[in-house]
Amino acid sequence: MLYIDPHIHMVSRTTDDYEALASSGVKAIIEPAFWQGQPRTQIGSYHDYFASLVGWERFRAAQFGIRHYCTMGLNSKEANNEALAEQVMDLLPLFLTKEGVVAVGEIGYDDQTPIEDKFFRAQLELAKEVDLPVLIHTPHRNKKQGTYRSMDVIEEHGIPAHMVVIDHNNEETYREVLDRGYWCAFTIYPGTKMGNERMVDILKVAGAERVIVDSSADWGKSDVLAVPKTAKLAAERGVPREQIELVCYRNALKAYSQSGQFTEADWLNPPPIDQRNLFEGNSVLRGGQPPRIESANDANIIR
Amino acid sequence: MTEPTAPLTRLFRSWISSRVDSTALNWIDDRAAAVSRGDKKSLFIAFGLVPRKVGKTDLTLSEVDRNAAEAARPGWSPIGWSLDQLVRTYFVLSFPSTDIESYVRTLDLMFSTGEVGELVALYQALPLLPEPKAHVLRAAEGIRNNIKAVFSAVAQNNPFPSEQFSDDQWNQLILKCLFVGMSLRPVIGVDERANAKLMGMLVDFAHERRAAHRPIPAELWRCVGPFADDRAVEDLRIALTSGSTAEKQAAALALNVSPHPKAKGILAASPDLANAIAAGEISWRTVAAAEAAN
Repeated sequence: MLYIDPHIHMVSRTTDDYEALASSGVKAIIEPAFWQGQPRTQIGSYHDYFASLVGWERFRAAQFGIRHYCTMGLNSKEANNEALAEQVMDLLPLFLTKEGVVAVGEIGYDDQTPIEDKFFRAQLELAKEVDLPVLIHTPHRNKKQGTYRSMDVIEEHGIPAHMVVIDHNNEETYREVLDRGYWCAFTIYPGTKMGNERMVDILKVAGAERVIVDSSADWGKSDVLAVPKTAKLAAERGVPREQIELVCYRNALKAYSQSGQFTEADWLNPPPIDQRNLFEGNSVLRGGQPPRIESANDANIIR
Repeated sequence: MTEPTAPLTRLFRSWISSRVDSTALNWIDDRAAAVSRGDKKSLFIAFGLVPRKVGKTDLTLSEVDRNAAEAARPGWSPIGWSLDQLVRTYFVLSFPSTDIESYVRTLDLMFSTGEVGELVALYQALPLLPEPKAHVLRAAEGIRNNIKAVFSAVAQNNPFPSEQFSDDQWNQLILKCLFVGMSLRPVIGVDERANAKLMGMLVDFAHERRAAHRPIPAELWRCVGPFADDRAVEDLRIALTSGSTAEKQAAALALNVSPHPKAKGILAASPDLANAIAAGEISWRTVAAAEAAN
């Protein structure tokens, strides 16, 4: 089975991780612009970070035969530095129309401060202007209220639910998100967000329509193989193959293809110029290594 | 006032008009008009949107096209270009360059925000821009870039480096090609720009590789031959007698053009190779092919 990890922060990961992704069948990844663990203090740091998401990181992924996309946005946590945030807002239009930028994100709330609200709304307007989908980061604290509030504000700004992915859902939030018509993403991230056993239980109840699984693997203790591991566990526990394919590949493809920048042909049948520029040296795929997750053991459970 | 790029923009416009539909052509003409008035925002946005408007097929050129390219810009040919790249370059060439400092600042912003495809287009446009001296540091920066496609955009099929680089800049280009395993064959000016300092750097590199038990790229010897000193000639003798097929051929070719007093004698001791050179059976093309087959 082919996989997409539609939320993963590769700037924080190593080439071992790229090898593991490639050998597990992950064909495409989306890297949302986010904070990097330590707050930035200069606009130049954002400039170079955004440039690396469409440049260097895209090349790194290409070396392993993986197609790399990204979302551009000012994250909610760093939005609280208002003077710097204003400068980031000026910078974003330069990057939002780049090839391979598939959404505005990840944006939303962290502490749910008035400043976060201001820049969240400004970026929703920006998304309308450039006609891109939106990726919403829901807060870790006061999550349920923050998730509902995010959707209220999106609706206030007149953005249709089918253009929005609400991420980091859990058992307490997903029903409302699905009922209101949004793409409902779950982050399989050990310890804090969602485990893959819980995810499989949710799938059995909620079904696969508009459900998306991702890893959000980053600089914290996280798992780059969260998507293939969840697919494997779901198969072992009786979830139909069609449903697994929807949540681990097709739904992300459909949601982000609304950008016009994300199509299966990009990795299945790329144009010659992209083969020259973006699939350099993908010998890892020709090496015939067994997929990492085929070694069945407890390491495939993420709690 | 006529822009210095006018002959090229006319050529590009004619190539574009026969390759895109009328909707795309109207969009291109409309945006190029705004860009030619010096509207930076139009340039940035149009430059980014090009693949969405015209697609990314390869640019195929007839002999007539290739001759027109040579006439418009001697030494240059758009080898390996794509249609979106052609249109992107058309926009860059349409932007006013009268104030060269301001022109370079505008390009700097495009380079510093560029995604991979944009960077390739920008670096391959360098030989077409007015005021070549104003772009030398940018081209040297491209040689430091580790995105292989971007590095290749400067190093390969691009006449800019051989025309404008200092010896030190040129030597880094050659050494990096060999270091990252890229053939020198698509590099323009390899033989013309060979120099004694580069020869020394390459022989040092060969010794490092040998000490690490790693293969020595056979094409390395191409830039060694014309300036080979005693140490280099001894290395060539070893490569000639105990190297791989590619190394033997490369050493023979290098010795054949070397003015070093021992060179001819060493080559004569391997008559098969010496005869093959005389018969035109060995060339840097066959060296690259033999190396690729390994």
